[in-house]
Amino acid sequence: MKALLGRDLALALRAGGGFGLGLAFFLIVTVLVPFGVGPQSELLSRIAPGILWLGALLACLLSLDRMLALDWEDGTLDLLATSPLPLEAALSIKALAHWITTGLPLVLAAPVLGVLLNLPTPGFIWLVVSLALGTPALSVIGAFGAALTVGVKRGGLLMSLLVLPLYVPTLIFGAEVARRGAVGMEVQTPLLMLAGITLGVIAVMPFASAAALRVNLR
Amino acid sequence: MSVADQKPQPKRPSSFWSYANPVKFLAFSERMLPTLWVLAAVCLAVGLIWGFFFTPDDFRQGSTVKIIYLHVPSALMAINAWFMMLVTSLVWIIRRHHVSALAAKAAAPVGVVMTLIALVTGAIWGQPMWGTWWAWDPRLTSFLILFLFYLGYIALWEAIEDPDTAADLTSVLCLVGSVFAVLSRYAVNFWNQGLHQGASLSLDKEENVADVFYFPLLVAIAGFVLLFVALVLYRTGTEIRIRRARALLAREARS
Repeated sequence: MKALLGRDLALALRAGGGFGLGLAFFLIVTVLVPFGVGPQSELLSRIAPGILWLGALLACLLSLDRMLALDWEDGTLDLLATSPLPLEAALSIKALAHWITTGLPLVLAAPVLGVLLNLPTPGFIWLVVSLALGTPALSVIGAFGAALTVGVKRGGLLMSLLVLPLYVPTLIFGAEVARRGAVGMEVQTPLLMLAGITLGVIAVMPFASAAALRVNLR
Repeated sequence: MSVADQKPQPKRPSSFWSYANPVKFLAFSERMLPTLWVLAAVCLAVGLIWGFFFTPDDFRQGSTVKIIYLHVPSALMAINAWFMMLVTSLVWIIRRHHVSALAAKAAAPVGVVMTLIALVTGAIWGQPMWGTWWAWDPRLTSFLILFLFYLGYIALWEAIEDPDTAADLTSVLCLVGSVFAVLSRYAVNFWNQGLHQGASLSLDKEENVADVFYFPLLVAIAGFVLLFVALVLYRTGTEIRIRRARALLAREARS
């Protein structure tokens, strides 16, 4: 398992494009928003938590097809399927690697971009907390979408259509935590719901992903 | 193995599962369909005409209340169609009956149209009543999300060429989607307080609509249910025949 994790991380780091691209996309989205809605700082600070969450979500989505498609093409997935490691575990590791290379940088970059959008001071900590809690769910659900569409040629758009509705609950609670934190309200309820969703999908989704991937590898 | 290769099975005690045999299913649906079409047409005609022309206007809402005869049944069927797809997907995963997978495929476009009808009629009613075509209310939002789920499901069916792979993957998607649809339903409940009124129909008589509206509504709902069943049977039959034609073509190409 460690070897697989190390391999995925090394590939993401060295192959280029994977690691920085999500971050760059996040930055671009955040920079484009003020052009779209105007530069009034009070408006920006009100919508900042939502924008940052949306940007992180889209950046996550963008890097999903990379998670399995390359391994599918060169046959690594077939090897993984025949290895003693259960496919569920392999997919969990892949989702973890995706989170480390995409989710974690987004979490760390979010406060910096929060400054750009004039995020209120108490919001920073809750933005980071909610993203740190929520992005693992995005990676795990994304692994399911990637497993479903791995056999489809040019499946990128299809995967967005399948994955984005599944992101709705995570987005609602995550953005709610960040929004409430920014205006200084009590955040416990949405925070617990967000944590519950993340833990739930980490526990259950690998089975669905592995089932879908087995069908595709058949 | 394709559907066309299956031979009619030896006589067994008749059960629900015997209709998993496409030959029997086709014979059954052909026998039932004329009756179903007629019943659906009669119920729809009676329910809608009764509802539109022979019920009084509501004293607050005027005649806009009558859109209920389209809105409530279609919304009901939009959810039930997904539920039916969930059941047939489970049957496909567990018992590998092709008819079941094809029924799920056949139901999806009907379900998406029902969802669309519910959304559009709701918007038309909401404009004069709430003063807005659309509000980010929990019920409206969760219906929109359901609509997206339908679209994703249909798109996945279309994208995969091998029919068995497609059936497997869409079944998994349907199961996961059901969980997330319910989850989203409660999430949006939390997210925004509603504008939409409570249930129009429930066994608990207290919150029902008044009797004058209630009975034509029941007839209209029966009409929508019958229409849905007839459409799904018809479309499933079409899918089976498409499969057969494809199997025949493949056999011809081989010889």
